[in-house]
Amino acid sequence: MWQESVDILVYEWLQLPHGEKLSDALNFFIYDTVKILFLLIVIIFIVTLLRSYFSTEKVREYLSKKHEYTGNVLAALFGIITPFCSCSAIPLFLGFLQARIPLGVTFSFLISAPLNNEIAIAMLFGIFGWKVTALYIGFGLLVAIVGGIIIGRLGLEKDILIDVKPIEGEIKAETQVIPFKTRLHDAKEYTLDILRKIWLYVLVGVGVGAFIHGYVPTEFITSIAGANNPFAVPLATLLGVPMYSNAAGVMPLIEVLTSKGMLLGTALSFMMAITALSLPEAMILKRVMSLKLIAIFFGTVTLGIIGVGYLFNAIL
Amino acid sequence: MKIEILGTGCSKCKALEEATKQAVAQSGKFAQIEKVEDIMKIMEYNVMSTPGLVIDGKVLSTGKLLSVAEIVELIKAQ
Repeated sequence: MWQESVDILVYEWLQLPHGEKLSDALNFFIYDTVKILFLLIVIIFIVTLLRSYFSTEKVREYLSKKHEYTGNVLAALFGIITPFCSCSAIPLFLGFLQARIPLGVTFSFLISAPLNNEIAIAMLFGIFGWKVTALYIGFGLLVAIVGGIIIGRLGLEKDILIDVKPIEGEIKAETQVIPFKTRLHDAKEYTLDILRKIWLYVLVGVGVGAFIHGYVPTEFITSIAGANNPFAVPLATLLGVPMYSNAAGVMPLIEVLTSKGMLLGTALSFMMAITALSLPEAMILKRVMSLKLIAIFFGTVTLGIIGVGYLFNAIL
Repeated sequence: MKIEILGTGCSKCKALEEATKQAVAQSGKFAQIEKVEDIMKIMEYNVMSTPGLVIDGKVLSTGKLLSVAEIVELIKAQ
């Protein structure tokens, strides 16, 4: 329905000719920006509202009573629904350890939470639909669970630079009673805040995407990111690292690249690398963990993401 | 009254400090505002999502940038 409206606008009102590169690119640009911005608003609002019922304090209380393995799985699952900001990574990391949650379980959460940030989920859902979103979340969980278990097995507790004093006695989260109206209001404010931060990235991303859509030949993309290039997955993963926090701008590009022959596994690796591997977060974490631990953390996640890409390309 | 802003230096934490200053001025009460950036001190309050707002040793808000009006409410409720 929306596509038809844009068709009428571009081809009838603006009287641009069908099949021309410029009019196709313009059509694509209008269609995609409005669709993505609309879905971003709706999804971020809903996710934020749901998340207001899950606090990190409550998750910590719950996880402190679980053992390894079960803890890894639950921590990764909670990473999906708990609000997380990389600026809070340190208090969260230390807070989990204080509650005697094993290092590996803590890492399962630290890997899962940024992977499942609301912007990435909203963009994925808006552009690729629920199937790819589910695959992304599912494989993301796998990386978080396995990565956390591996890190937990390596005995790296001495690489934590701060002496963490465990909390004595039982860990209890204080429950704040927040009226539903306040939650609605907070979710609205948060959504607008995010939108103010990322709308320009979305426009630029879709703009570049529209250009590729109209002008770059499919053969060119296929030769770089298609099945013929065995190194497409690691390449995409490495490219994703410096693009942190620009999921909003990069996802529209990935959409065009996949429609032009980039394999979906390669695209998944690219998306995961963008969200999960963040250099600013690594800089923040340097204050509490050794470089060795950070390197192992990033290395494990990178290998996991590359593995997911290859696995996916091989299955499909 | 002593108000503490817990935060490791993120942009939201600075914004909360600003909002708190305005709120204190509006409320007309006398309050001492302190920014707590030491991670160990933040951990003593058991806070895991910054910024946090603490009034007289009581954690009243975490992980949220409160509006000036909301902080005025909190100050008056004490």
